Amino acid sequence: MHPIRKKRLTIVLFLVVGIAIAVGLITYALRQNINLFYDPTEIAAGNAPVDTRIRAGGMVEAGSVVRDTESLIVNFRVTDFAASVPVQYEGILPDLFAEGQGVVAMGRLNEQGLFVADQVLAKHDENYMPPEVAEALERSSKGQHKAVNAEKAAESATY
Amino acid sequence: MWQFFHKLGSPKWFFGIATRFMPWLLAAGLLLLAAGIVWGLGFAPKDYLQGNSYRIIFIHVPTAFIAQSIYIMMASAAVVTLVWRMKLADVFVKAIAPVGLVLTFLSLFTGAVWGKPTWGTWWVWDARLTSMLILLFLYGGAIALDRAIADEKSAARAVAVLLLVGVVNIPIIQYSVEWWNTLHQPSTFKLTEKPSMPAEMWVPLLLSVLGLYLLFGWLACLRMKTEILIREQKTRWVKELVLAGRG
Repeated sequence: MHPIRKKRLTIVLFLVVGIAIAVGLITYALRQNINLFYDPTEIAAGNAPVDTRIRAGGMVEAGSVVRDTESLIVNFRVTDFAASVPVQYEGILPDLFAEGQGVVAMGRLNEQGLFVADQVLAKHDENYMPPEVAEALERSSKGQHKAVNAEKAAESATY
Repeated sequence: MWQFFHKLGSPKWFFGIATRFMPWLLAAGLLLLAAGIVWGLGFAPKDYLQGNSYRIIFIHVPTAFIAQSIYIMMASAAVVTLVWRMKLADVFVKAIAPVGLVLTFLSLFTGAVWGKPTWGTWWVWDARLTSMLILLFLYGGAIALDRAIADEKSAARAVAVLLLVGVVNIPIIQYSVEWWNTLHQPSTFKLTEKPSMPAEMWVPLLLSVLGLYLLFGWLACLRMKTEILIREQKTRWVKELVLAGRG
C-alpha cells in the first residue's frame, strides 16, 4: 500500500477507536440514566429515590393482581424473582398485561415502599409462537408439575 | 484483488456492470419481498400473546435491519473516500444516504405503530428507540452536510468524517437491548443461536429481509448511475452514451 494511504488509514483508525473509547466511557458513566427502569432488587435495596418520578420494571407476580371492585384501582407486585415491589395503579391496563408478563410502570415510590404508578406499559419478549404451540408447552409443563405433585403425595403417603 | 478494487473505482466500468445486474436485482428482490410479505401477513400463524399485531414484524425488522446495514456500508465507503480518495465511494454514499434515511424513518414509524397496541405507548425514551432516532439524525446530518458544502471533494471528506464518527452508534443500537434495561425486546435473530420463533415465522421474515436487500441493491445502482451521469457529463463516454440513446 502507498505510504500516504497507509498514514491516512492509521489516522482513520485512530479516529474511530478514539471515539469508540470516548463514547464507551460516557455511556458507562451514564448507565443508570440510560437504563429505562429500576428493577425490584434495586428498589428493595433502597437505591431508587423516594417521591421522584421513576420507572420500575419486572414481571407481574403470579397471583398478586387484586382489582378493586368499586374503581379502576389495581394492586399487584412486580418481581425479578429476587425481590418484589407492591404497585398501585388506577386506570386501564394494556391488553398484554397479565400475571407472569413483563411490565414497566412509571410513578413515584412513597415512604411506605408502595409504588404508585400513573402509567403501566407491557413488555413482551422476543419469543414468538403460534397459540397451539404455547398451549402445548403449557400443558406439558403443567403435566410435569402434576407428576411432581403426585410424587410428593406418594412420598407423604408412605410416611 | 487490488486490481479488482481499482477497477471498481472506474465510474464507466461500474456503469456497465450496474446496467447488467439491475434487472436481476429488481426481479429477485420483488419476488422475495412479495413472497415474504404475503406469507408473513397472510399465512404465518398468529402469535400466542400478541395475536395478529405481531405481524408488523415482517415490515419492521427488514427496514430496521437494512437501515443499519446501509449505515455500515456508508461508513466503509467513507474509509475508502478518506484513504484512497476514490470517487465512486463518494458517489455510493451520496446515492444511498436518502434510502437509509427513509428506511430508518419507516422502522421508527412501524415500531411506534407496533408499540401502541402491545406496550401501550407510541414512544418511550429507552436505549434502543433513542439510538435508532440518533441514526435518523446521523443520516439527516450527513445529507445536510453534503448539501451545505459546494465543493464536491471537501463535501465528500466532511461527510466521510461525520459518518465515521457516527459509526459508534451501530453497536450501541445492536446491543442496547442487552446492555441496559429497555422496553424493547431483545433480537429475535441471533448470530449464534436459533431464531426464537418457529420456522413458519422466521422463514417469511428472512425472505422479506433478503428481498428488501436486493431491492435496495437495485435502487442503489439506479441512484448511483444517475449520480455518475451528472458528475461525468463532460466526459466522452457519457456524451457517446447519450448520443447513442438519442439516435
